Amino acid sequence: MASYTLNTPFDEKLMRSLHVRDLVTINGHIFGMRDKTMIHCFDKGNELPVSLDGFPILHTAPSLKKAGDRWEKIIIGTTTSTRMDRFSPPLMEKYGARAIIGKSGLYQGSLEAMQRFGACYLAIVGGAAAIETTQIEEVEEVYWPQLHPEAIYKFRVKDFGPLIVAMDSHGNNLYADVRAKVQEKLPEIYRKCKISE
Amino acid sequence: MGKFSYQLVEDVAKELYIRALKILPPDVKEALRRAYERETNPTARTIFETIFKSIELCDTKDMIICQDTGLPIYMVEIGGRFPIDGAKVKAALAEGAKRATLEHPFRGSSLHPVTRDNPQTSIGEGLPIIYWDFNSEADYLDILMIPKGSGSENMSAMKMFTPAEGLRAVKKFIIDTVAASGGNPCPPGIIGVGIGGTSDLVTALAKKAIARPVGSRNPDPSFAAMEEELEEAINSMGSGPMGLGGDITTLAVHIEWAYTHITQNPVAVNTQCWAARRARAKIRADGRVEYGF
Repeated sequence: MASYTLNTPFDEKLMRSLHVRDLVTINGHIFGMRDKTMIHCFDKGNELPVSLDGFPILHTAPSLKKAGDRWEKIIIGTTTSTRMDRFSPPLMEKYGARAIIGKSGLYQGSLEAMQRFGACYLAIVGGAAAIETTQIEEVEEVYWPQLHPEAIYKFRVKDFGPLIVAMDSHGNNLYADVRAKVQEKLPEIYRKCKISE
Repeated sequence: MGKFSYQLVEDVAKELYIRALKILPPDVKEALRRAYERETNPTARTIFETIFKSIELCDTKDMIICQDTGLPIYMVEIGGRFPIDGAKVKAALAEGAKRATLEHPFRGSSLHPVTRDNPQTSIGEGLPIIYWDFNSEADYLDILMIPKGSGSENMSAMKMFTPAEGLRAVKKFIIDTVAASGGNPCPPGIIGVGIGGTSDLVTALAKKAIARPVGSRNPDPSFAAMEEELEEAINSMGSGPMGLGGDITTLAVHIEWAYTHITQNPVAVNTQCWAARRARAKIRADGRVEYGF
């Protein structure tokens, strides 16, 4: 379990040096997007209006208000990643995303894409939106604003984290490991609670 | 000193929504601190530390705890010595929830289930959700507000077992529901359990269970013992904070129960996240309002 402070954009070598349980703190820019954004891109055939090459994607849940041309933060948190699973491999392959930040992880296909392209899944603490909002210094750009609150947000971040490397480019998935251990423990728990003999 | 009015109920309903979103109850904070002391997994300890920093920001900078402002639930207790017009209270709660959303402002999370149109008001057909109860001795109106976020609510489940399947099926269902939910409900939070009643009542009981202060025990010793047994079982799973492994998977198991039919054996689980938000107000006839949890 090592700790790193990383500046965006990331390169493949850097991402391949990370392992599950490492802690990562990010400075620079990350791009927030979610359900409707990805449906608009991949299912409705619209090219992303911005390059993601080397940048992390955040499964974002933003509450913002518009003041003139600026977007001001009310509260910005993170949503469950599994709903966006099928869009993750093309984000890495076609658009060059190097990390996906979210909660609850992604499935096997996304893990394989991380191995192939050199990327990681970084787990954030769900519900800790106050600290997340504080670490997002500025909403610099909003692309596809008609989709707000599911547009594309370019966030400038400072000391964003610590995030936990939960899926790495070496085929490790911390969520799957924990789930497997839970399944191993269940028979003993059933016996103790007199659910089984 | 003023006097009671339905405008006051509306103002309180608005205030309660905002307070619930910003002020984590002291029993929840204390339970998180105690859990941190027991946690030995380094990744899990890092998660707790982030949680504490985020709570600190809410306390010192008046920030909203979680961006998921939830579906608004009001649990109302009407005092027998303080007769009021329930229909007017209902209208005042809806208006209060709407004003909180528009005037604070924050994201309205509720929408039409088919068209998916979101009016950004937090209210609409069937919302806010209101539970009514009565207390013949009370000379006040008691309102408990819970903004229920979707990460945890989506992991809730209900099942009608048969009497022959017994209590063991009920306990297995509770344990399996928690095991399957992993990190989705932002653990460690409260596991609310309903046992008995009908399919609708058992689900409502599970919701009432998550509304209790963390660690409060069911007054019936046999259900209190079951709460302790399930807490220990769930915390021996190793699922941990955010499903990333650890000693603490839940802060507490709360059970609420009711009589059921001779042919039925219902159970429901309502999961609540670590940010177990709630805010309470007691309104008296002279217009005094006491805020709490």
